Formats: sequence, C-alpha cells, structure tokens
Amino acid sequence: MSVVRAVTCPVCGSLCDDIELTIENNRIVKVKNGCAMCEAKFLGYCCEHRVLKPMIRKNGELVKTTLKEAIRRAAEILAEANYPVLYGWSNTSCEAISVGLELAEEVGGVIDNTSVVCHGPSILSIQDVGIPSCTLGQIRHRADLIVYWGSNPWSAHPRHIERYTAFSEGRFEKSAWRSYVTKIKALIGRKKIQSAVKRLILKKPPTFPSQIESKPISSIAREGRKLIVIDVRRTKSAEMADYFVQVEPGKDYELLQAFRALIRDQELEVDRVAGVPVEYLEEVADAMVNCDFGALFFGLGLTMSGAKLRNIDAALSLVRDLNMRTKFIIMPMRGHFNVTGANTVFTWQTGYPYAVDFSLGYPRYNPGETSVVDVLLRGESDAALVVASDPVSNFPRKAAEHLVKNPLVVIDPHMNVTAQMADVLIPSAFVGIEAEGTAYRMDHVPIPLKKVVNPPRGILPDEEILRRILAEIRKIKRKKAEAS
Amino acid sequence: MGEKPKLKVTLITGRTIEQGVGKEYGKSSKEYAESVSICFMDPEDMKKLGVKDGVNIQVSTAFGSVVVKAKKSLRAPHPGVIFIPYGPWANVIVDPETHGIGMPSFKGIPATVEPAPDKPVLGLEELLKTQFRKG
Repeated sequence: MSVVRAVTCPVCGSLCDDIELTIENNRIVKVKNGCAMCEAKFLGYCCEHRVLKPMIRKNGELVKTTLKEAIRRAAEILAEANYPVLYGWSNTSCEAISVGLELAEEVGGVIDNTSVVCHGPSILSIQDVGIPSCTLGQIRHRADLIVYWGSNPWSAHPRHIERYTAFSEGRFEKSAWRSYVTKIKALIGRKKIQSAVKRLILKKPPTFPSQIESKPISSIAREGRKLIVIDVRRTKSAEMADYFVQVEPGKDYELLQAFRALIRDQELEVDRVAGVPVEYLEEVADAMVNCDFGALFFGLGLTMSGAKLRNIDAALSLVRDLNMRTKFIIMPMRGHFNVTGANTVFTWQTGYPYAVDFSLGYPRYNPGETSVVDVLLRGESDAALVVASDPVSNFPRKAAEHLVKNPLVVIDPHMNVTAQMADVLIPSAFVGIEAEGTAYRMDHVPIPLKKVVNPPRGILPDEEILRRILAEIRKIKRKKAEAS
Repeated sequence: MGEKPKLKVTLITGRTIEQGVGKEYGKSSKEYAESVSICFMDPEDMKKLGVKDGVNIQVSTAFGSVVVKAKKSLRAPHPGVIFIPYGPWANVIVDPETHGIGMPSFKGIPATVEPAPDKPVLGLEELLKTQFRKG
C-alpha cells in the first residue's frame, strides 16, 4: 500500500493539485481532499463501463478486434474522408492535443474543442474587448469581493470557493467560512422561532418572503470577504452567498448594463431591471465599487442564454469600468480539466483557439461557419474522430444525428454515449490516472498530471494512439501517391 | 373530460452535482441515467399542473419532445422556469440554433410541460435507438 501526495485531479477546470491517493495492488482505494466528482473519477474509473478492447462495428454491432486493425480502420476512415470533423480534446493532455492538430492538418478537416459549446462566446468577446485577469493564487490571497454570475460552483467546480475564493484562507484576506456558519446557524434559529410562534399563536402555516422581496441583508455591509451570486435559480452556491440576485432568464445583458450605469453614478429611471428592484442593485454596485480587489467569475448562464457573446461583452466592459474605480478582474469558469489547455495548444499551433478548418490546407477560423455544431447542422462533414469527449450526450439532437450518421471513430476510456454509436472504438488510458501529461487550469497556469497506476494491459494513452493513426494515414497517403 | 393541463415555461439546462458524479462513474451507469432524466419544477407550477414529485411529465419545445420525471425543486421559488440537467434527454429538446457563433442555445428555451403519467421515461439505449437508430 502506498500513498501518493499532491496528485492533480483531472475533472474540472479548477485542477485541484492537493489530492492524496492510497494505492493498493495497482488500484486506487482511497481519495483524500477531493470533491464528490473527484472521488467518483478516481474510485470509479476502472468500473464495468470501461472499454478494455478495441471494437469495430460489423453488421450494426460493435465487435472486439485487435488494436492494429482498429487503428488501420480509423486511419482509412479519416484518410478517405473529404471533410472530417475532429472533436473533443478537453479531457486529454496538451501533448495529445498537439498530435491531434497535426492529424487535422494532415486530413484537411475541421478541428474543434468543447469550448465551442461552453465558453466559445467568451473567447469571441475576449478577442473583441480584452480581459483583465490574474491567477487564482492572487484571488485567494487578495480578493475581498467575489461575484459568481450564471455559475454554480457548488455543482460544477465544488472546491472552487474553498480553494480559491470566499472560503479560502488567504495571506491578506481571511476565509469567510466562519461568518457563513454563524449566518446559517442564526438563520436556522430564526426560522425555528418564527415557525413555532406562527404555529402556536397564529395557528397557520408559516410563510417566508423570497430573497428578492426581503430587505437587503446586513452582511453586504460587513467587513471581510464577501460573496455575491447572480443567477436565475437560487442554487446551492447562491445559498452560501452574502447577497443573491435572482435575474429573470435571458435578461443578464440588461442587468449587466444596469450595473455599468450604476457604478458610473447614473440614475436608473425604472423600478426594476430583469426582475430585480433597483435599490438592491445599488447595494451590490456599492459593494463592487467599494471593494479593494474584486473578482467576477462567470459561467454558462451567460454564454448559453439570451445575448450569448454580447452578455460577455457587457460583463468584460463592466469589469473594465470597475477598474476606473477599484481593482477588479474577471475569469470564465472553465468546465473540463484541460479545456483551457485545448484553447492554448490550438492557438500555439494554428493561431486560433477553437473551430479551426484545415480544408483549404491552411488554418481558417470563423465560428458560426467552421464551428463543429454548425458544420454538423449543415450536414457537411463526412466522417468524425471524437477524442475524450461525448458529443452525443452534449450536442443538440440534430447536430448529433449527423455526427452518428457518418463513419465515427471514438477514442475514449469509457463506453459513453458517443462510444456506443462508434464505428471504430479505441480504448485509451485515463490521463492524470494512468498516463501523465500537462493540463492548463482555468487561470492559464499549466499543471502536470501524474500517472499513479498502470493502465490495463494493451491500453495506450491518447497521444500514442493518435500518433499511430497519424503514421498509418501518412502510409495510406504515400501508397496512394505512389500508385497514381 | 377536459383537456390535459399544459404549462408554458422557460427551460434551463445545466449542471448538477449528481450529473457530475454520474458522468464520472460512466455514462451507461444507472446513476447517470437517473441523474439526467429528471426535470426540476417549482412546487407552485407542479400544483398548477397537478403533478406530484416523481410523476412523469412530457416537456416539449419547437425542437422535440421528451418524457422525464418531475422533481420538486429545492431551489424554489423559480415560477415558470424548469431545469433539466445536461444529458441525452435534455438534448432532444434544446435549441440547436447557434446564431452564427457556434454556440447552440442550451438555456432559456420556451417550452410546454404536461403531465404524462402513462408514458414511460425511456432508458438510455431506447432513447438513443429512437433518436438515432444506431448503437
């Protein structure tokens, strides 16, 4: 039995690097410091859903085959295709992504990563407006106001608040955990008393006014770190917040612009914006202006709804405006553990962060045209390679329909939904568990991933599988060139 | 017999911690299917529709229709807003339109909800077969 310390968790963009794993007989038996998703990944990665043999579809059924045969078939599919789509990349190492880009150039396809369906609009806006940002370490030690907008870190990045923001113990800013616990205890006590009084005296069931209708809570004005959550639902993260603003669905843009007006001391001539009374917005705007170092984290609530990229434009502009009054930074909450790495490696090698089209022999970038969902919706692609991703689970049905209609090569450790639809399925080792590599945290800090156990016999890392497919494609092309 | 009650709502899809844990265990696991074939509704909306926690409902948009299990939202009040975790069930009804920027609309889609106690929630395999005729 051995204990491996300082392991990086390959689940979300927070890349927590303080995980402790206990290994027994080449199996992980205990996970320390991780969140629920981290535990599920480290303890469940080698479960019954694991693919252990390469497979090829014959007569409509997936049947086992040899690795050599699977690689040959995958190479044939990609070499023969006119306009293949190469998608995924955010759940693998930068080293594998680098080979993937070489492969895309070789076959003249469209290569795209999962940011197209998460923070693609953020990237477009950042290219337009620019982004004032910093590392998570700075926020941990210095930020005294944290805003999560359209993001529910409690569910999607469970340790983000604890490691980097409101509940982290920084050098210059202390954790707000204790005041949160006190607040919750006081709230529970108050509810119990209210309920008892109403039941005993008034003999009718207690009712509680919603947060929006109630008066602003005093904690917004208290000293120390403060947490604001802005969302369409009162999420678990919202419950932890000192202040929660419930915005009507699709109206984030209005609210962002209202904040921009308020922090410039302009008066709003309405009572409510996006369903929120203006007086509450003034309280929040005051807190934003009066902080020493603020950080705005935004999630898919902004990128997926309403004005999409224009929401991000407004958020970036709000932070730019705030920097006239105080220090404020903004950061997208990146989902997959290496989606930031995918954008980074794509940019190194092609000049563009996602949605890169090699069909003309040189990289072209025009999201809306060269982005994978659009290519699929227009029915243009004639084959696909999916690496470490599950687009059939995550794309709208119409886009997924075209993806599975054509020959589909999948490289993934698990039998996910896309893998079930594959024509060639090549199992791979889990990066960060059975293979090492590099990943980029959401603040663009590269962090090494460890290999802590050996992969099952015959299972290769994504990088090696892609190299073999690339070599095979080059062989096929050479043969073709010689024959003609 | 009167017409079945229908409710016009706004559909939001998104993350839940159960979906996050389920996807790490494996997409063909029972945990995953159970965590994403559900729809969180405001209790007041459920009353209007006459459905109880755990009853099947049919959610329809301009892009498709799917049967999922209604769940009482712990995040209420959010009247007129329903929440389905990301996954194959939600994908049947989300808006594929990317508005020229590559990003489909996964949140804020107009939808209608009606009780469907007699219709089953399809399992993952059946759902994929009906949607894609492959797998």
